[in-house]
Amino acid sequence: MGKVIRMGEFFRRGFLESTGEQPSLFEWIFSTDHKRIGLLYLYSISTFFAIGVTLGLLIRLELIAPGRTIVGPDTYNALFTLHGVVMIFLFIIPGIPAAFGNIMLPLQIGARDVAFPRLNLLSWWLYIIGAIMALSSLAGGGGPPDTGWTFYLPFSGETTTNVSLAVFAVFILGFSSILTGLNFITTIHRLRAPGMTWTRLPLFVWSLYATAWVQVLATPILGITLVLILAERILGLGLFDAARGGDPLMYQHLFWIYSHPAVYIMVLPAMGVISEIIPVFARRPIFGYKAIVASSIGIAAAGSLVWGHHMFVSGMSDTAILVFSLLTFIVAIPSAVKVFNWVATLYGGSIRLDAPMLYALTFLVLFSIGGLSGLVLGSAATDVHVHDTHFVVGHFHYVMFGGTAFAFFGALHYWFPKIFGRMFNEKRAAWAWGIMICGFNLLYFSMLLVGLRGMPRRYYDYLPQFAQLNRLATYGSWVLALGLLFMAVNLLIALRRGKHIGANPWEAATLEWTVDSPPPPENFAVLPTVTHGPYDLEQAGEP
Amino acid sequence: MTPTWLDTTEAVDKVFLYIFGISLALLILITAVMVFFIIRFHRSRQTKPKDIPSSCLWLEITWTLIPTLIVLSMFWYGWQGYLSLTNVPSDALPIKAVARQWSWSFVYPGGRTSSKLVVPAGKAVRIAIVSEDVLHSLYIPAFRIKKDAVPGMTTHVWFRAPESGSFDLFCTEYCGLAHASMITTVEVLPADEFDSWLQTPQEAAGTAKSRQLLEQYGCLACHSLDGTPRIGPSFARLAEGEKVQLAGEAEKSAIVNREYLKRSILDPQSEIVQGYPAVMPSFRDKISEQDLQLLIDFLLQTDKTSTSGERRP
Ligand code: HEM
Ligand SMILES: [Cu+2]
Ligand SMILES: [Cu+2]
Repeated sequence: MGKVIRMGEFFRRGFLESTGEQPSLFEWIFSTDHKRIGLLYLYSISTFFAIGVTLGLLIRLELIAPGRTIVGPDTYNALFTLHGVVMIFLFIIPGIPAAFGNIMLPLQIGARDVAFPRLNLLSWWLYIIGAIMALSSLAGGGGPPDTGWTFYLPFSGETTTNVSLAVFAVFILGFSSILTGLNFITTIHRLRAPGMTWTRLPLFVWSLYATAWVQVLATPILGITLVLILAERILGLGLFDAARGGDPLMYQHLFWIYSHPAVYIMVLPAMGVISEIIPVFARRPIFGYKAIVASSIGIAAAGSLVWGHHMFVSGMSDTAILVFSLLTFIVAIPSAVKVFNWVATLYGGSIRLDAPMLYALTFLVLFSIGGLSGLVLGSAATDVHVHDTHFVVGHFHYVMFGGTAFAFFGALHYWFPKIFGRMFNEKRAAWAWGIMICGFNLLYFSMLLVGLRGMPRRYYDYLPQFAQLNRLATYGSWVLALGLLFMAVNLLIALRRGKHIGANPWEAATLEWTVDSPPPPENFAVLPTVTHGPYDLEQAGEP
Repeated sequence: MTPTWLDTTEAVDKVFLYIFGISLALLILITAVMVFFIIRFHRSRQTKPKDIPSSCLWLEITWTLIPTLIVLSMFWYGWQGYLSLTNVPSDALPIKAVARQWSWSFVYPGGRTSSKLVVPAGKAVRIAIVSEDVLHSLYIPAFRIKKDAVPGMTTHVWFRAPESGSFDLFCTEYCGLAHASMITTVEVLPADEFDSWLQTPQEAAGTAKSRQLLEQYGCLACHSLDGTPRIGPSFARLAEGEKVQLAGEAEKSAIVNREYLKRSILDPQSEIVQGYPAVMPSFRDKISEQDLQLLIDFLLQTDKTSTSGERRP
């Protein structure tokens, strides 16, 4: 892309502008500018999301009718394993923090970069290396891994597929996540601009802060767990083998001690995005700023104590079930508090329904369905029936896709003009959104229902009584895919031909909107002195 | 098809009703309030935002406390329901469920085995679940019960089927290649019919016995008797002296005879038939010499389907 000159006006491309010192590819992949690293993440994460969606569509196509449709059971098992690994470790965990967090965090707190720019670049490289390893486990040797993304032992210790490679890939990805977390914590503590007090921090920054602590504290446990799988596979230690004095349940504990908090790594930043978008488009300061901050920290802290709810039918003791069920219900409370505060923010506003707001409001509804459907999973009696059925699959897609991924799309539309200096077509954006929510609910609500009727998950084939709902779900997946495609095309067109836009198209009051769009390489020529809160919209455009 | 008049079913469904009822009400409430605000305060109606406070302590306290009470009640109700899943009536009939990749077999007091879970109507049964290899999970949706089969551990479920009928039984813990075919049926028989079924001695030899062994050891999960393609090669074409193409670098083959069949059962990984995955577990130390010889006799027999009928519904 050359320089864009329009009606004699010189369009500044900010950090996107080549400095011409290095070949242009190197300028990006070795850049330590947080905005460029964030964009690298955004592009790679979006690519893996597209791959994950394709795998999901193939899963759904196979399930359109009972019996074999397009692939055999071995391929099906590989499909859902890779779909899970790609979506969890390559899309949703890095998703919002690594892409939008990286770009926006320093801008929002008035800093020139993150605390450790080179470590930041290393995180991206680790991410790419891990991703390439994960995808290369598809080829060669014993065939693609077939364990599910949870790698449960003893099966994952015995299967002859390329599980070791996939496990090692996830191990590397874990380091990338830890380093990003470390970097964000330090940045938020050390690099806030003068006047940027803790109560003036945008809620997105607060959510990144809470998330970063979970990343730093919980991810090492994943690392240890993965090393133990490798030890089991390569050395045959028998740590989880009952016949040799080991315990298969111990694996599940270790796995979920990370993977439940990981759910909050996935959803807290999304909640942060929603807390940014809603006030701007409702033209009202966020309702209950402090309550939202407190609930983020509450979720991050209490969320580390509830992992056992994944194990109610595992053979774990009844006492443990009692305790974990209680704690699980407690951790639901802060999420509810957030939802109430977001809805209350709408009260008395002057609401604009631009694309980012559409996504944010959809988040509220879909996340509520996800959260409320989670209540029967937290209750011991009902979880027994729905555990490991398609109900659970529907539930977590509502939370992770309807919640986090929709917040990701909201963030994409909200910050798109800031990052690229161009505006997308609003009408087409709204159409894409409409198609998506129709497809989404058709797809996942059918899955909730078929699960409630007893269809187990990870089933290549199913009994005839489940056929109708499965067919509906597959139709839904096509509509959803159409909407996604529409959104992607709209944004890609905007990237090339979108209208140029000024510094603050949405009239927001956080600091990133005080600099040019796209932001200059050094962010702020002079570091700002912050004089107002992040949602004092009358002072929009001033630091 | 999932009836609601069953003991465990009733206990669980009460909780479902309670939680889903409240959840639905909350969802409708949140959505309705949101939509109302969007319409009422849309900028076409509300050109300037109102100047009102943006926090309110008593509101925060209220909407923290009310959900707290609601979720605590759900927790308690759920726990009570769970207790009735663990309170096994003392007169329950004990049955052992053995899970292995990828079939179930059920062992009754007195030693009778079956690949279907046959239970008497109106009487509680208590199932002790064990696994011979990886994790599995025994799930009967109609009775709302589920429990993992964990190697090295015995877990339990119980239920009572009030009337005769047949219900699905699934494996719900992913266990590898044919996880989705690890399905069988719960046959609920009238009590007297069940008693006579239980008393009928299983044959000691002959085709019926072999057929029962094939079910008991789970062979039919992957091998068919009539040539239907499944995970492993069908038994239909096995015959003395037949040549079998083996997987491997060179053009390897084997001749079907007693020795070959014995190797295939006790050490299946040593020779893999071309075109099939190397997933069969070894039955060394799991099968008695007598059963092994009976099975080999049967497999070499030319007509294997005379007593056949499909295993899966
Ligand atoms: C068009 C998009 C998508 C479709 C059609 C889709 C479809 C599915 C289906 C049908 C399953 C169940 C497979 C089975 O149990 O047999 C599944 C599993 C899963 N999906 Fe998706 N999905 C999509 C998007 C996503 C997204 C956005 C995420 C995460 C953010 C995600 C994460 C997962 C995970 C973690 C599993 C579990 C895999 C496992 O059981 O190991 N999916 N998906
Ligand atoms: Cu969890
Ligand atoms: Cu299974």
